[in-house]
Amino acid sequence: MRVKSETILPYSLLVPTLIFVILLIVVPIGQAFLLAFQAPDSSFTFAHFQKMANDTSFGDALRFTFLLLIFIVPMQVVLAIIMALLIHTRFKGHTLFLYIYAIPLAISDLAAGIAWLSIFTERGYLNSILNQLGIFDKPFLFLSYQNLPAMFGTIVVAESWRATAIVMTILLAGLQVIPRDYFEAADVFGATTLKRTLFVVLPLLRPSLQNALIIRTIFAFQTFAVVFALAGRVIPVLAGESYNWYVANRNPNIAAAYAVLVLIFTVAATWFYLHFFQTSAAEAGYD
Amino acid sequence: MAGIRFQSIRKVFGKTVAADSVSLEIRDGEFMVLLGPSGCGKTTLLRCLAGLEHVDGGRVFIGDRDVTDRAPRDRRIAMVFQSYAVFPHLTVFDNIAFGLKMQGRPRDEIKRRVEESARLLELTDFLKRYPAQLSGGQRQRVAVARAIVMQAAVLLMDEPLSNLDALLRLQMRAELKRLHQEIKATTIYVTHDQVEALSLGDRIAVMQSGRIVQCDVPMNIYDYPANKFVGGFIGTPPMNFLPGVVHANGDGPTVVVGESHLAPAPAFAHALSAKNGEPILLGIRPENLTLAPNQQANTIRARVRVVEPLGSHKLLTMQVGTEISKVSVAPDQRVAPNEDVWLHFDPEKIRWMDAATGEAISATVE
Ligand SMILES: Nc1ncnc2c1ncn2[C@@H]1O[C@H](COP(=O)(O)OP(=O)(O)OP(=O)(O)O)[C@@H](O)[C@H]1O
Ligand SMILES: [Mg+2]
Repeated sequence: MRVKSETILPYSLLVPTLIFVILLIVVPIGQAFLLAFQAPDSSFTFAHFQKMANDTSFGDALRFTFLLLIFIVPMQVVLAIIMALLIHTRFKGHTLFLYIYAIPLAISDLAAGIAWLSIFTERGYLNSILNQLGIFDKPFLFLSYQNLPAMFGTIVVAESWRATAIVMTILLAGLQVIPRDYFEAADVFGATTLKRTLFVVLPLLRPSLQNALIIRTIFAFQTFAVVFALAGRVIPVLAGESYNWYVANRNPNIAAAYAVLVLIFTVAATWFYLHFFQTSAAEAGYD
Repeated sequence: MAGIRFQSIRKVFGKTVAADSVSLEIRDGEFMVLLGPSGCGKTTLLRCLAGLEHVDGGRVFIGDRDVTDRAPRDRRIAMVFQSYAVFPHLTVFDNIAFGLKMQGRPRDEIKRRVEESARLLELTDFLKRYPAQLSGGQRQRVAVARAIVMQAAVLLMDEPLSNLDALLRLQMRAELKRLHQEIKATTIYVTHDQVEALSLGDRIAVMQSGRIVQCDVPMNIYDYPANKFVGGFIGTPPMNFLPGVVHANGDGPTVVVGESHLAPAPAFAHALSAKNGEPILLGIRPENLTLAPNQQANTIRARVRVVEPLGSHKLLTMQVGTEISKVSVAPDQRVAPNEDVWLHFDPEKIRWMDAATGEAISATVE
């Protein structure tokens, strides 16, 4: 009797989470797959994917999604590492920095996009400042389809601002669980701050880096609201196309096909990180 | 030249005074043992020397340099951490090589020196393993190897043998002693283990609640503990303490313990006479008590409670009045539990202490 209740208890504790995950994640994914692969007569079809691939925006969406990924993720990770290391030194006033860094965490991505829009737009804050400083006498058109690189740049900046904090938070948490002794041993044995960071801190931070990269990359594939606010559909991205097909073109099937594609990329990226950053069992765990 | 000088070091954690105005001078090449109960501030003192803790007062010198405000890496020391702090992401080889790599030594020199210290600590077979694949004792040896490979002028060891089995510990202790005679690094060695302290130390500093209560050569610490705490901390079993009262008359002082009158050694006659009528504490080591066949000078009646044959000697637990004393006798001594015996006190070996403060009373040198 006792044994039985002990084996049931852990599972029963998992039940609420399981229900949550099934209702909000598994079921919608299943529905998306159905929509993506089902013909009107309920038979299996690739037609939605063909139509998606033949769409004029598809190539651009694919290209821009990956371009954003390539520009943003490495830069963000480096930035987040520096920020986390800085805060970890506990310099005077480090909590203030932590609060400032954390602001974007509390802001929805669309709000962030609109905030940045008000900065970069023709009569926005940035142009007023540049104008007052006398650098430009005419407003600079950051957000013009004639100047794609500038537009792309504003998205990179806005996205970095928005999502670096989450990466930093994960890394800082990772830093804080590394026992201080390792830092101290490195110091005593003559490591400079740079060498200590390279040879002790970063290797010990690898599990957190892996998590941060996975989460950040998933975010990058889902990037949508910020791009939409700043660039409309001039710079299409995969998640944005999905939205567009669903809302503007009222075609849930092709929207679902995009969603499935994003899912495939996400899973592939996660698999890549898990393998690329694999820690051998021997190295895992602090003593 | 790398003597060490602590000058009135003070370190406070909240309300805990971990180092209370500690002054200690360690000569170049000396092996100093820090001995004391858990939480008395041994690690804190080492960390202040290593630069891992900012002192709240006082100065630290290594050689002629005031290093108080220097970073750890500028202090040119090697250290064995109490927690080992062996890097989990590096193999045993790379762990031991870490400091040499930071110094930018050539590869072949690193390899030679790492292999040499690995051999010394019997780690040769484990060089390719990661720390997670080692036992606690093996990890501890990696920590020791990582420190000695540096051949630093100052070597700090925080309980480096605490996790080894008895045999290996004995062996490593001798190895460390040999190594020290070879390298002559100025060494501070922290331990709880008084046998280790007596065997290794050129001098021993005994600590209690953030203070150094006595610092002397091992035999003096053992024979002439500065107070009750030191006598009671060192020795297995430690010193026995019996309360008595001083009686001074024309023939010189005696001390009444229970029903017996003990005559102190002449060197103490003067100091004890001054305490006529006052309570006093008699300290004596188990091996300085012997069983006497009958009542004679300097004997006290006692009852044997427990007899423990320990091979090289027999350990007796005795009841003396209301006090318990440990007595160490020859292994062939015939004695049975509950037997009443006469215990003889060697007056030359008695350490007299102030009953109130526990401080040892010094002999008058004539
Ligand atoms: N970082 C810290 N924060 C607060 N208190 C501390 C800290 N480090 C040490 N202490 C306190 O200072 C005192 C001395 O600690 P320390 O580690 O020096 O003792 P120790 O003699 O090395 O003991 P052990 O033999 O158990 O290692 C203890 O009371 C301890 O609780
Ligand atoms: Mg300690």
